[in-house]
Amino acid sequence: MSAQTHFKTPLRPSPFHPRTAPLNRLNRWGPWAGQLNALCFGDVDMEYTAIRNAASVYDLCAMVKYRVTGREAAEYLNRLTLRDAGKLAVGGVHYTAWCDDAGKLLDDGTLFRHGPQDYLICCQERHLPWLLDSAQGFDVAVREVTEEIAALSLQGPCSASVLAAAGFDVWGLKPFRMAEFAFQGGSLTISRTGFTGDLGYELWLTPDLALPFWDHLMQAGAPWGIRPIGSDALDLARIEAGFIITNMDFIPAHQALREDRPRSPLEMGLGWMIDWDKGQFTGRAALAAEQARGSDWALVGLDIPGNVSAEGSILYHDKKHEVGMITAAAWSPALKASVALAQVQARHAGGANLWVEIYALRELQYVKLMLPVQVVPRPFFNPPRKRATPPARV
Amino acid sequence: MTYDAVIVGAGHNGLVTACYLARAGMKVCVVEKNDWIGGAAVSRELYPGFTYSNCSYVSSLFRPEIMRDLELHKYGLQILPYEGGAVFTQDGGYLGMFRDHDANRREFARHSARDAEAYDVYARDILRFCRFIRPMLMRTPPDPTRLRPRDLSELLWLGKQMGGLSEAMRAQMVRFWTMSISDFLDEYFENPVIKGYLAVSAIIGTALGPMSPGSAYVLLHHYMGDVDGNVGAWGFARGGMGSITRALTESLRTSGGEVRVGQGVEQILVQNGRAVGVVLANGDEVRGRRVISNMDVKRTFLKHVPEAELPGDFVKRIKAFKIRGSSGKLNIALDAAPVFPALPEGAPNLRGDLHFTDSVERMERAYDDWKAGHFSADPFQDCMIPTMIDPTMTPPGKHFMSCFVQYAPPKIEGRDWTDADRDAFRDACLNQIEAYSPGFKDRVLHVETRTPRELEAEVGLTEGNIFQGELTFDQLLFNRPVPGYAQYRSPIKDLWMCGSSTHPGGGVMGAPGRNAAAEVLREARLPSPMRDAYAVL
Repeated sequence: MSAQTHFKTPLRPSPFHPRTAPLNRLNRWGPWAGQLNALCFGDVDMEYTAIRNAASVYDLCAMVKYRVTGREAAEYLNRLTLRDAGKLAVGGVHYTAWCDDAGKLLDDGTLFRHGPQDYLICCQERHLPWLLDSAQGFDVAVREVTEEIAALSLQGPCSASVLAAAGFDVWGLKPFRMAEFAFQGGSLTISRTGFTGDLGYELWLTPDLALPFWDHLMQAGAPWGIRPIGSDALDLARIEAGFIITNMDFIPAHQALREDRPRSPLEMGLGWMIDWDKGQFTGRAALAAEQARGSDWALVGLDIPGNVSAEGSILYHDKKHEVGMITAAAWSPALKASVALAQVQARHAGGANLWVEIYALRELQYVKLMLPVQVVPRPFFNPPRKRATPPARV
Repeated sequence: MTYDAVIVGAGHNGLVTACYLARAGMKVCVVEKNDWIGGAAVSRELYPGFTYSNCSYVSSLFRPEIMRDLELHKYGLQILPYEGGAVFTQDGGYLGMFRDHDANRREFARHSARDAEAYDVYARDILRFCRFIRPMLMRTPPDPTRLRPRDLSELLWLGKQMGGLSEAMRAQMVRFWTMSISDFLDEYFENPVIKGYLAVSAIIGTALGPMSPGSAYVLLHHYMGDVDGNVGAWGFARGGMGSITRALTESLRTSGGEVRVGQGVEQILVQNGRAVGVVLANGDEVRGRRVISNMDVKRTFLKHVPEAELPGDFVKRIKAFKIRGSSGKLNIALDAAPVFPALPEGAPNLRGDLHFTDSVERMERAYDDWKAGHFSADPFQDCMIPTMIDPTMTPPGKHFMSCFVQYAPPKIEGRDWTDADRDAFRDACLNQIEAYSPGFKDRVLHVETRTPRELEAEVGLTEGNIFQGELTFDQLLFNRPVPGYAQYRSPIKDLWMCGSSTHPGGGVMGAPGRNAAAEVLREARLPSPMRDAYAVL
C-alpha cells in the first residue's frame, strides 16, 4: 500500500536511489513503469562501452513483477503464456509472451521458476486484472510484488569476474539458469539473463539489502571499471541485440486505442515461442487461424546503408508505397553500421525493393535520404561470450 | 425593421448561432428575458466582490472550433484545466484523483491493487467510445424518416463509422449505450469508493440513478470533451462560466449583432404558417425573417407558439419529451478556504471536484428519494472551488464554492417547492459538507440556493433539467428532440431550434448552436464562416 503522500513523488524513487542520485552528474532522469530511472549518468558513449567492454550496472527495480504460486501454477502459466511453463525446470528462466483471446500481444517478459509451484513474471506493463481473471478455475495465487524485490542488471564481458570478486561464484551458471547466494543475512538470487545480448547477470534481492549490496558490488567491481548506466545506453545495446520493447516496438492490445494497432506474436517474430503441443492457451484459436491464413505484419531487422540512424522513418516499397515503419534504430558502435527494427507489411518482409526515407536534421535543414534497405537476421550483434560457460576470466 | 434572424434566449447556444449568422452577414437580434446575458452559462456578483458561476460551473465540452471561429480569446475567454479531485469517505479517508498517471495509480492502489491496474483498460475503452462519438458532434443528424440524398449519405457515413469497428467493439459499444454505469463499472472494478467516484459523470444532470439503464451513456457525454486535447479533462472558465457568454456577446457585437435584455418573448409570431418575429413581454414586436429558439423544446412549443399552428402528432411528442429536473445548486461565498482534514498537507485534490458519496449504492439511495418526490436526505454533491485556481473571482484569500446537488425533484410530492423546502435542501447540503470540513459553515458569507423551481423560473429550463431534455438513447441523435425534427427545423416554416434540446444535447458545448447556424446558412445559401470540425486522428 502506498503512503498518502505519494503525490509528492509521482515517480517512485528506486531503493538504489540514494546511491544512484549523486552519481547522476547530469540529473537526467525519466519515467519507467512509475519509477524514476536514470536516462544517462553522464556520458552515454562511456556507459555503452562499459556494457561491451567491462561491467555495467542498470537499475531494474521498476520492472513489473508478479508472483504466481500454487498447486496449478504451471498449468495456469501454460494457459496464460505461449511457451510451456511446465517444461521450464526449477532454477530456470525463459523469455515468453502472452496474448488476449484475439491472439494479440499483451506483453512479453521473463518467467522465473523458483520452485515447482513458485514462479515470477517480470514484464514491462501492468496486468493484474488480466492475470487474476485468467486464474479462474486454477488453484493458484497471483500477487503483484514489484516493490518487494530490488534488482540490478550487471552486464558486460567482465561481469562474471566482478561477481567472483564479490564472492559469488557464477562460473558454472549457464544462460537462463539462476542460483541463490547468501548475502548479509539475506539471500541474493543471480540469474544469467539480461537485455544487452552480451555476457551478463541479473541480481535479485530484498529492498532492505539494496544499499549495502550496491556498495559491495561497486567496490568489488572497481578494478574492472564497473559503471552505472542509464536507459539510453541500454537501448543502444538492446537494439544491437535485436530485442523488442513493449510499447516501443509494438502497442500492447490492452492499451491500443486504434483497433488495428495490436500485433500478434507471429507478427512480432515471436512465433517460435508458441508451443502448439501443450494444449489450450489464451489466443490459440486466433493464432492457429492466423498461421493458416498468413500474418498481416512482420517484424524485421534492417541493415541501412550509410551512417545515419533512422528512428521513426517510414518504409516504402519501390520508393512509392508506404509499407512499414521503423520502431527502433541506432548507429551500432559494435557493427559500425546503421541498424533498425521495423514493422513491415508481411508480404514485404523479404525486403525486396524496400526503401527507407530518412529526414536527417543537419543545422536546421533536413537532408532527405531515400535508401535501399536490406533485411538481415537478428540479433545484429551476437558474441560467443554471451553463451560461453564458464565465461572467460578477465 | 426586419432582422434576418431573431434568436430567443441569450444562452451560450443562442449566442453561438447568432455569432455565426452575423459573421455570415445576417442582421441578427438576440432577445433575453433576464436583465443579464448568459442563460445557464452565467456569472453574477451576488455578494460584493465575488463572481459566481451561478449555473453551469465547469467546461470541457465547449468546442474549440467555436472558440477559434468566433475569436473568443480576443474577448477574454480562457479555459483553465483543473487539478485533482477527491471523494471523501465516511470512515474519514478519501480517494484522490491526480493528473499524473502514476500518482493516480498509486492512489487507486491504496484502495485496491487490482483496480489500480484496471484503470488503464477502463480509460482505453472510454476513450475508444469517445473517439467514435466525437466526429458526430458537429454534424446534423440524418433523418431516417425522410431519406433525401443528404440523409442517405449521412446514414451511410454513420454506417461506415460502425463498420470501421471490429465485431467485438461494436457489440461492446451497443451494450455501453444502453447499460447502467453501475453494471459497466462492475466489469472493471471491485472497490466501492473507486466505483463511486467514477460513477459521478454518469448521473450529473440526469434523472437517472447509477443503476438505471442508459446512465453509462451520460458518463460518455461528460467525457467526450477535452481541454486542449486532453480528452475527458475538465476546466474552469477564467472569471466564471459567464466569461463564455460574455465573450460570445462581445464577438457578436463586433460582427454587428444585437442583444436586447430585460424583455422575454411572450409569443412567437406565426403568420400563414411562417414564423415572422416575436412579441415581447412589454408588447414590443421584433420582426425577423426567421426565429431561432434557444429555449428548450417544451418551453418553445408548448408555451410560446399557438398550439393550433402545430401538428397534433408533434405536440404529443413534445409533451412526452423527457425533461425531468433532477438537480439543484448551492453557490457559496466563503470567507476563507475550507479545510478537509482527511487530505494530507499540500495535496492538489482541492483544486478539482470534491464529493462525499463514497459508493454507487449511496448514490442510488439518493436517487430513491427523488423517485419518491423528495430531495435527497443524503445528497450527492459535485463541489468545486474554482478560486483555488482562478484568482479573478474573489478578493485574495476568499473563495467561491460551487456545489451541484442531486437529487432534487421538480416538485415535492407533486406540489411546488416552498421557500422552507429550499432552505431545508440548502441545510442538508451544508451539513453534509460540514461533516467533512469542520468549521465550514462559519466561513460562509452568502449562499445562493437554486432548486429546480429557481432554475425554471430564472434560467427558463423546464423542470430545471440542465440538459434541456434527458440524454437517454431514445432522445439522442436523430431522435433529438423528436423523430423527424432533428435537423434544427420545426413544423413551422422559419421557426428553428438551436438549444440543448437538439443534437448533440446539453452541457456548455455550443455544438447545437453551431449546427443550427450551419443549417440556417445552408438553407439561406450563404457561405459558411465555419472551419471544419477538428479531425479525430
